[in-house]
Amino acid sequence: MGRVKLKIDVSGLAESHWYEYLLRFLFGGAVTALAGLIAKRFGPGIGGLFLAFPAILPAAATLIEKHEREKKDQAGLDGTKRGRAAAGVDAAGASLGSIGLVAFAIVVWRELPNFSLPIVLVSATLAWLVTSMSLWQLREILSRRLRLRLSNTSEHPSHASLPNKSSDRRSFHE
Amino acid sequence: MKEILIRVLVGGVVVTAFTLLADLLKPKSFAGIFGAAPSVALATLVLTVMMEGTAYAATEARSMIVGAIAFFFYACLVSRSLVRWQLPVLPVTILSMLLWFSCAFGLCYGLGWAG
Repeated sequence: MGRVKLKIDVSGLAESHWYEYLLRFLFGGAVTALAGLIAKRFGPGIGGLFLAFPAILPAAATLIEKHEREKKDQAGLDGTKRGRAAAGVDAAGASLGSIGLVAFAIVVWRELPNFSLPIVLVSATLAWLVTSMSLWQLREILSRRLRLRLSNTSEHPSHASLPNKSSDRRSFHE
Repeated sequence: MKEILIRVLVGGVVVTAFTLLADLLKPKSFAGIFGAAPSVALATLVLTVMMEGTAYAATEARSMIVGAIAFFFYACLVSRSLVRWQLPVLPVTILSMLLWFSCAFGLCYGLGWAG
């Protein structure tokens, strides 16, 4: 069971318009400013919550749905279902990234009083990346195994009671 | 006002940088992890340490753990609503924030980390 390979694809940049990056810039800036203001007004205990506020996800999910829908529309098909499923797969990835965020926050919380800020932030970002990537790899391996088992059960119908939970995600893995 | 503008600029740049990285990566299911990148946290923590000191920033990071756990439940709900139930994207992503607020504030006050 091989590992899933990551690829860098520059054509992904061409799918987004400049105003979509501007939108994300404004969202990101607004949330960062808001987190600072909330911390000033209510203290760091409440302000810290907003360091993991899912502000970017609605914009990102909406844009992903739009792109997928447009692709299907160009082919003369209704892309609504496909667009929603693509946005859902993106959110599933974000759920893994959020566990990485927990690792990031723990590293900063425990190590900031002991080490310099650049060292702590680099270590915490690596902790986020390693945790998220490991969980993603694990999920890919498990879903591959499930698909393999399902394809075997279709040849042997006596085992056909297994649920097909990953069918909607299959097409987004390539 | 100057501080707010700096936060908007730094936060915007870091978030856009992570977005560009996510757009470059395939498969899409992997790029999704960048939807929960620590972009806002990186921008905020740098400015907070410079202005308020490390103890204050460490307290923020402790609360961030709770915010991230709430993010996990939020992302799971959004994913299920879109993939399984095929609900419209914008209402789902906005309304599900009620779950984030409930989890984040509930855990934060429950653990006594709000003060």
